Amino acid sequence: MTGTALLPQAVLAADKIKLGSILDTSGIFDAYGKPMDMAMRLAVAEINAAGGLLGREVEVVAYDTQSDMALYSQYGQQLTRQDRVDVVHGGILSASREAIRQTMRKTKTLYFYNVLYEGGVCDGNIFINGVTPAQQVAALVPYAMEKSGPKVYILAADYNYGQITARWIQKFVADNGGETVGVDFFPLDVSDFGSTIAKIQTVGPDLVIAPLVGGAHLSFFRQWAAAGMKDRIPLASTTLGVGNEHKVLTPQEGDGIMVAYNYSQELATPANTAFKENWAAAYGDSGMIHEIAVSNYQGLLTWAAAVRQAGSIERQAVIAALESGLSIEGPAGKITIDPKTHHAVLDVHIMEIENQGMRVVKTLPQRQPIDTQLVCDLQANPGDNTQYEIQI
Amino acid sequence: MDLSFVILIEMLYAVSSLILISAGLAVVFGMMKVINLAHGEFMMMGGYATITAVNLGVNIFVAMLVIAPLTVGLIGLIVERLVIRHLYGRLVDTMLATWGLSLFFIGLATMIFGNTTTGISTPIPGFTVGNYQINGYNFFIIVVSVLLLIAMRVVLKSTRAGLIARGAMQQADMAAALGYSPNRIYMATFFCGSALSGLAGAVLAPLVGLVPTSGGAYIAKAFITVIAGGPSLIAGLFSGAGLFGVVSQVFTFTISPVMGEVALLVAAVILLRLLPQGITGKFFKGKL
Repeated sequence: MTGTALLPQAVLAADKIKLGSILDTSGIFDAYGKPMDMAMRLAVAEINAAGGLLGREVEVVAYDTQSDMALYSQYGQQLTRQDRVDVVHGGILSASREAIRQTMRKTKTLYFYNVLYEGGVCDGNIFINGVTPAQQVAALVPYAMEKSGPKVYILAADYNYGQITARWIQKFVADNGGETVGVDFFPLDVSDFGSTIAKIQTVGPDLVIAPLVGGAHLSFFRQWAAAGMKDRIPLASTTLGVGNEHKVLTPQEGDGIMVAYNYSQELATPANTAFKENWAAAYGDSGMIHEIAVSNYQGLLTWAAAVRQAGSIERQAVIAALESGLSIEGPAGKITIDPKTHHAVLDVHIMEIENQGMRVVKTLPQRQPIDTQLVCDLQANPGDNTQYEIQI
Repeated sequence: MDLSFVILIEMLYAVSSLILISAGLAVVFGMMKVINLAHGEFMMMGGYATITAVNLGVNIFVAMLVIAPLTVGLIGLIVERLVIRHLYGRLVDTMLATWGLSLFFIGLATMIFGNTTTGISTPIPGFTVGNYQINGYNFFIIVVSVLLLIAMRVVLKSTRAGLIARGAMQQADMAAALGYSPNRIYMATFFCGSALSGLAGAVLAPLVGLVPTSGGAYIAKAFITVIAGGPSLIAGLFSGAGLFGVVSQVFTFTISPVMGEVALLVAAVILLRLLPQGITGKFFKGKL
């Protein structure tokens, strides 16, 4: 440290800010990770083109974790101890986030996790700007129930995310005066939904909500349409389209499915139009953009805004700037950091899938992360380091 | 009444899809004693062959029933010539080699098709039974698997080629002494087994979202069915698939999909404890 202190000011100004990124850009999660990586590089290129941060250029140090959980801790260590980065953005699955999070906490490196997830992480060193279940479900359920009816059937992926989201759906269905008439969980490799579709018909709900995840579960939406059920019972989902899955379904299979996210390519805002143009200029076409790529982009913008406001790259100063209620305008609208939970307050758009796109029906501005707020208060308890399982 | 019909159809469908999934493995593993851990990847390639052909404008039924089996059969042929033929009779080695192959095919498919989920729609509309809607494609799967079993039986029982193949599998040196080349018989049989796997992948493709790793979902079920079925090819396939299909559907329908999967595995464990040689090791002995 004394070495750098003795250097003349001009050399310091030329010193680059190092941004660490850890994503699965190959392997089975690359459909998520590749566009996230592209979004991150686009944001950095834009920041540098505008003169960098604090007069310094931002340099990316990126590692590809190849969809292998073991590599997350390894590259996390490498970024902090060897590359000595100033901030880390990355992680896709919840397991990868937990691996990175503890390393960053120990080494006092600021960490951003920019993915839709199950909620409940409470840690002063992390900032999260993905949508949590309550932010999304609280918007989706009333809309879908109003369009269909009070009896709801839930089909969810059988792991952390699906289980927690299913509980939130039940809560909001009850809060809206509805009734959950059935809940089924599916292991991630189940791709045969025939019996389930028959079972749903014996129960006869007004609405089916499906937080199903991954390629095998996509079969449900096909088989539902193939049985001719699509015109009989409406569908809503909290996951379909996050990795652009709706572009795989034909219009006959997908049209009319109700979803709610922070981002859609069809958002007709100047910020989104500009973002899509810049993306197309950098990568040729904008077809690969999806929800979590935009989250990653907005995470970068949030961090850059905080560094500018703090006038420093030093961790405590940046955290203080973020906690001051800082907000940015991203492609998906305004993002504000909630100082209590370090989660984002953001717009949620209710959409219907139409012709392999998502048509925005209604925008609910500035939704609070109410699920995490129930359990997490970093201002009262700054040393907290827990992922809470929220009791509903 | 309507409901029992719907449940019956779902059970028949479950049995049929197990037969389809396992048919290729029954030939390669049951007959040829090659532990083919790349079986699921052969199915995955059948699915991609279908989707690619359909996207190029080929009729979907031609793509599923002709192009996919031929494509995967040819891939199987190449694999047999390059790798498998050096390993006949070495069970553990075939396992290692085909495991490597499965990784190779997953990587190859990811390079060619990317890692996003792809798929095509079912070509048959749904229809109504009383108050219920059924997936019309289920009937297609049932018909294909019935025809498949009949065709396998005819080929193995009533044609000279089938007789020679069965003979060579049992006693290769005797077949050689009678003037047939075991080398070529093995090659042809492996081609047929691969083509059957390709057909299964192709026929199931419109029901599922396909990714390069899709094969993993089939491999366990295929092995369980073939092993539980026992030494007889067709009777084993039919009884194994029949048992597990019905068990898993009953539990799926009455309790939950998770219990359906669990029940299938528990049934397999109990069955192999009682009948270590498989169903046809004790019953239907000596049947085809």
